[in-house]
Amino acid sequence: MSDHGGLHPAQPFPAAAREQVVKAQLRANLRKVTTTIRAKRANVVEELPHWEQLRTLGAATKDASLVNLSDRLLQLEQSVRARGGYVHWARDAKEARDLVARIAQAHGVDELIKVKSITSDEIELNKALEERGIHAVETDLAELIVQLSNDRPSHILVPAIHRNRAEIQALFNAELPGEGALSDNPAELAGAARRYLRHKFLTTKMAVSGVNFAVAETGTVCVVESEGNGRMCLTLPEVLVSIMGIEKVLEKVEDISVFMELLPRSSTAERMNPYNSFWTGVTPGDGPQEFHLILLDNGRTNVLADEFGRQTLRCIRCSACLNVCPVYERAGGHAYGSVYPGPIGAILTPQLLGMHDKNANTLPGASSLCGACYDVCPVKINIPQVLIYLRTEANLQKGLTAEALAMKGLKFMMSEGWRFEGALKLARVGQGPLVRGDAIPSLPGMLGGWTQSRDLRPFPKEGFRDWWKGRSQGTGPADVNAAPPETVQKAEDGPIPPQKKEGGQFDAEPPREDTL
Amino acid sequence: MHIDLFLTCVNDALFPATGQATVRLLERLGHTVGFNPAQTCCGQMHLNTGYRDDALDLVRKFVRDFKDSEVVVMPSGSCAAMVRELYAEAARWAGDDELLKDVEDLAPRVFELSEFLVNKLGVTDVGAYYPHRVTYHPTCHAMRALRVGDAPLQLLRNVRGMTLVELEGANECCGFGGTFAVKNPDVSAAMLTDKARHIIDTGAEACTAGDNSCLLHIGGGLHRLRSGARTVHLAEILASTEQEVFI
Ligand code: SF4
Repeated sequence: MSDHGGLHPAQPFPAAAREQVVKAQLRANLRKVTTTIRAKRANVVEELPHWEQLRTLGAATKDASLVNLSDRLLQLEQSVRARGGYVHWARDAKEARDLVARIAQAHGVDELIKVKSITSDEIELNKALEERGIHAVETDLAELIVQLSNDRPSHILVPAIHRNRAEIQALFNAELPGEGALSDNPAELAGAARRYLRHKFLTTKMAVSGVNFAVAETGTVCVVESEGNGRMCLTLPEVLVSIMGIEKVLEKVEDISVFMELLPRSSTAERMNPYNSFWTGVTPGDGPQEFHLILLDNGRTNVLADEFGRQTLRCIRCSACLNVCPVYERAGGHAYGSVYPGPIGAILTPQLLGMHDKNANTLPGASSLCGACYDVCPVKINIPQVLIYLRTEANLQKGLTAEALAMKGLKFMMSEGWRFEGALKLARVGQGPLVRGDAIPSLPGMLGGWTQSRDLRPFPKEGFRDWWKGRSQGTGPADVNAAPPETVQKAEDGPIPPQKKEGGQFDAEPPREDTL
Repeated sequence: MHIDLFLTCVNDALFPATGQATVRLLERLGHTVGFNPAQTCCGQMHLNTGYRDDALDLVRKFVRDFKDSEVVVMPSGSCAAMVRELYAEAARWAGDDELLKDVEDLAPRVFELSEFLVNKLGVTDVGAYYPHRVTYHPTCHAMRALRVGDAPLQLLRNVRGMTLVELEGANECCGFGGTFAVKNPDVSAAMLTDKARHIIDTGAEACTAGDNSCLLHIGGGLHRLRSGARTVHLAEILASTEQEVFI
């Protein structure tokens, strides 16, 4: 297990995506869920006329606490301690999982329950505990499905988004003892999981949770979930350990209110979230009697230090960007190779790991830059812009590659109009051997990816510039489609003024050999 | 009005007819059009692929070539978005305050063709005639970065002789994304397949859009599938009249 935990992709994105994109069932499952949820989200967002202001407020609220993050965190530490909780600082994933394991060992437990937490996946907690003989039971239904099938989550909010009902039926029949033969009726399947989990809730002494928001001023911690299983974890056990990325801190309790509007509408497309649990330290005779808060850095201070990448830390993990992303929809969460999939994963993972990670480096390229993610992000993270920014940072790490050289060559060619024009003339001649009929069906080298599924149109025989020149000199035979001038419809407000005279110096320059 | 045309490198290389159509359309509406032959490329491919320094050279070049223009119009939503949305950001990344100032001065005078016609000139009927069944794909940058809204559709609805058919999943990206199509060919192809299927389902003869890069990709897919459907740039439809019909 790496010090950074479950962030490292095992292979570059294009290779991982190639394996996933061909899975018909996966594609169908993903498409169904994401299209449904995105239509619902659009509806509930439309209901709020002040949605844009809410987004701006959400972004500003997060930014305000990020600007003074170290002060906020120290204040949070004090407040939690004052209310009888313990606070621990973890530099990386390893320190965080060691902390949880030590707390568990101190209480002599060999089993604990968990409310769904991506942060705990980020530190690979379950695996680390298992190695020490402690079994972590996931209590979120989808997370339980993933755990029982030895799988990895593929969505932040719907971890089992890639599974369908029949797969779950087979899984429960194999893995939930004493339930008899279950049908694929969702109610029956949920009932079986409920009986299994209820027993765990009532018999387990320790729980681990993530954190959606923590309030510096009061030491209040908040978890937002929709099944109520999280509420059980947070209230029934004697010992509660909550792990939070340091960016989750807010200044005041009121700050949470804007996210209570933004988060449910963005994530589950609900107007209000079903279970919102808040707790502050410990209260004698009520809830867990021992509370630990782990503050996890794991690369976050590096992200914070980068003025252009910093906005990434506003993320409230609503998953709206995943649900609208056309790349996520085809490739699925596993292609991203990290616990953070989709557009947010493409910018968060490489930044947390540092831009030198060879596989994570490819994640900023996992986007067509269509911009759908930015449109839906409730805290206005300009994901496309950060992606572009990070692509440069990644290339700087790679040094002078063949691609970088090709780009330099192209830039040189495009740095003068006459050079570009000359290059196009050469290309018209040079493309000859590649053209078949009216298309180029196969390109060599780096560009081969293009012709894998598309034909390329060849360079036309005559360029715009020739047409333009012929035209402004009044001699142009080049305008093949043009009608005789007198048939061209004129606007009513008078004759067309004479053309602006264009410089001739460019025309005189001969094309140069070194431009291609 | 005197309008300077920024042709874009893709059109310069592969789609001269789109440039010709843009010129003829604007002239038909009573404007003069200039073409500075020094122009090349807005630098989008370089910036989007992560070559900021190379891109900045081209950004500076664009600013040099067009700083005196009254307005710059381009038949491409993504190049217009590059200038209006990303030039300033690129200048900030480079810490070049002078460039940032120049960009902030020039960017508001830069327009994509359809938004220029509808939002700036207030023209929605350009007197076009195009007797074909056509479907429209709104390109991502025009739709989300430039917010051209339904400007292209307003123009298309007034084209005489044309049957405009609705495209399912119109707002979804076609999967081009510049070098994304080359570097992530599998995902790009998966996106293209869905787009092509929807286009074929409309039974349209042609799919139109305001950006030839997207159309190069979509058209390449339709051609590979031997679908019979083709692509045509919005400018070419709008430039067509009963007297002169583009293809
Ligand atoms: S980046 Fe924005 S949309 Fe994506 S998960 Fe985070 S908050 Fe939600």
